[in-house]
Amino acid sequence: MTTLVEVQDISKSFGAVNAVDGVSLEIDQGQFFSLLGPSGCGKTTLLRLIAGFERPSSGHLLIDNKPMDGVEPNLRPTNMVFQNYAIFPHLNVEQNVAYGLRKKSISKIEKEEMINQVLELVGLSELNLRSANALSGGQKQRVALARALILKPKVLLLDEPLSALDKKLREQMQLELRHLQRAVGITFILVTHDQEEALTMSDKVAVMFDGKVEQVASPRELYERPTSQRVASFIGAMNFINGTVMEAKNEIGINSDILGPLTISRSQVFGDLTENKIIIGIRPERISIVSDGSSVTGSISGRITDASYFGETTYYKVACGKGSETLTVSAQNSFGQMDYQIGEEVKLNVDIKSLVGFSD
Amino acid sequence: MILNIKPETKKGWRLLSTPFIFSILLLAAPLTMMLLLSFWTQDYLILDRTFTLNNYIEAFTQPVYQLLFSRSLAISLTVTFFTVLLAYPMAYFISFHGGERKALWLFLITIPFWTSYLLRMFLWKVILGYNGVLNSFLLWLEMITEPLTFILYNANAVVIALTHGWAPFAILPIFVSLEKIDRSLLEASRDLGDGPFHQFFRVVLPLSAPGVVGAALIIFIPTVGDYITPKLVGGTDGLMIANMIQVQFSKANNAPLAAALSVSSLMIVAFISIVFVLVNRKHLRRY
Ligand SMILES: Nc1ncnc2c1ncn2[C@@H]1O[C@H](COP(=O)(O)OP(=O)(O)O)[C@@H](O)[C@H]1O
Ligand SMILES: [Mg+2]
Repeated sequence: MTTLVEVQDISKSFGAVNAVDGVSLEIDQGQFFSLLGPSGCGKTTLLRLIAGFERPSSGHLLIDNKPMDGVEPNLRPTNMVFQNYAIFPHLNVEQNVAYGLRKKSISKIEKEEMINQVLELVGLSELNLRSANALSGGQKQRVALARALILKPKVLLLDEPLSALDKKLREQMQLELRHLQRAVGITFILVTHDQEEALTMSDKVAVMFDGKVEQVASPRELYERPTSQRVASFIGAMNFINGTVMEAKNEIGINSDILGPLTISRSQVFGDLTENKIIIGIRPERISIVSDGSSVTGSISGRITDASYFGETTYYKVACGKGSETLTVSAQNSFGQMDYQIGEEVKLNVDIKSLVGFSD
Repeated sequence: MILNIKPETKKGWRLLSTPFIFSILLLAAPLTMMLLLSFWTQDYLILDRTFTLNNYIEAFTQPVYQLLFSRSLAISLTVTFFTVLLAYPMAYFISFHGGERKALWLFLITIPFWTSYLLRMFLWKVILGYNGVLNSFLLWLEMITEPLTFILYNANAVVIALTHGWAPFAILPIFVSLEKIDRSLLEASRDLGDGPFHQFFRVVLPLSAPGVVGAALIIFIPTVGDYITPKLVGGTDGLMIANMIQVQFSKANNAPLAAALSVSSLMIVAFISIVFVLVNRKHLRRY
């Protein structure tokens, strides 16, 4: 794979605010790349730096090995799908889609054909002459996509393209976007604050906090091996347990009130273990509830204090150890009745392989 | 049936009644009187109330009135054109580069209005006159050898003075329409390959067209009937139809003819405005 977009130590400040703070990224040709992070962490600014709408305060950007310093947005091989779609209200669907074809020397018939092709690709056939004002949110989004894709950019930039849609349509569009990206083979850079969206759609995700990239990884790696507590709790839910490092060699021996003594591999631990304190992270679904009696060695006893029903799963809060600490556990629901009652004594089995350790 | 009126409707009527009565008294009534008057004849001190179209025939056939009508229209259209042309860049600047200080800029634009219109027109005399500021300056620069005379007491002077006087009225509607343009549309146009030039002509101008059309009407309609500006700086070559109407009402003691001239000019202005609006209909859609 060849690197298409190279962000080299880029910073951007607005007055005293460092919106983007020393970010370096490499995005491969044909990749579906997501920038994920909470609102205000600088995702949009980074995307706009790539599009050329903002100039970096420092650092460089290369697209297809060409430096982009001082290159205006209209001369970059990028196109953008704006958060509010930015459909030209005075033009109809066809005119919007053809907007960027002005400079291309192609015949009218060819143009017409390209427009129809791209409208079909985004599922808007036959709407050519519809006025932009008469489009629904989902349709506007498709026009915005078509308008960018028709120009065959090297990189398509999408700023929270799905956040204005309702849940059902959003999920459908997630799939469609993913299929579309595979079909056209264009590199997509998607900005989102929705971790589920990032995980389902992307080949690779960069998680940002406060203008900095904290981790770049595939969705699975990000979920299973988050390198910091912030990433771990931003992506899905995670239990954090205080522990003490007993032994730090290739294997790390840890003791904690809840889990008791256990050993994990060095690759499960992130950060330098300078002190002997460690925080152990475990996902709720990596803990299983076994009914009292059929417990194995190493299982933890606890009492269910709370249950939240989510349809296919229930999140239980289980008070463990000497009492004050609770673990969140998710379990598949059976049909017809609650599996465990509040107040019930249960045993928990923890999947040791899935544990992660953070040094702070 | 009649009693079956919704309370809101009643409230609405009550609220509307005051301005409604006001506009009847102050607008419809005088207009009706004017219209009636235009069909009568003045015979020295006696007003002959038999219906006649003679005033209109005179208004449209006498060369002097034709000349005044066409000159008024020409001056007014020129003023409209230049005012909009001057106002657009100013409105553009305030809207796109005014930053935090848009309100201040708009406020500054109103400053010339703190002095009365009359005073401002007198000042144009000082500036444009034979020994005026402009001529003295150009003489001092030795760009001219004798004072320019084509800048005062003619139609040019009226155009200059009116353009200056009406510019702020054109800036506001254009400014408002520019303010309403979603800024992401500008970025979208850049993103899709347009440089600043195409961005302006393909996005900014079409989307600000309602403001431009509005500004043009706001300038055109009142300037056709302007009376004081041609009187002060127009000389005889710069006189407009309103000056004639005033003469007919007063010195010439021919109110019916004056009324016919007024009604005619009203009709001409209304006609041109309606055509203008119809031609620009597609630009006036609200986005
Ligand atoms: N044009 C701007 N002027 C001043 N501050 C800005 C500007 N754009 C963004 N910021 C600030 O930069 C930070 C990052 O913003 P943004 O990139 O929009 O975040 P995100 O898209 O992740 O929500 C925020 O604190 C925001 O207030
Ligand atoms: Mg954003």
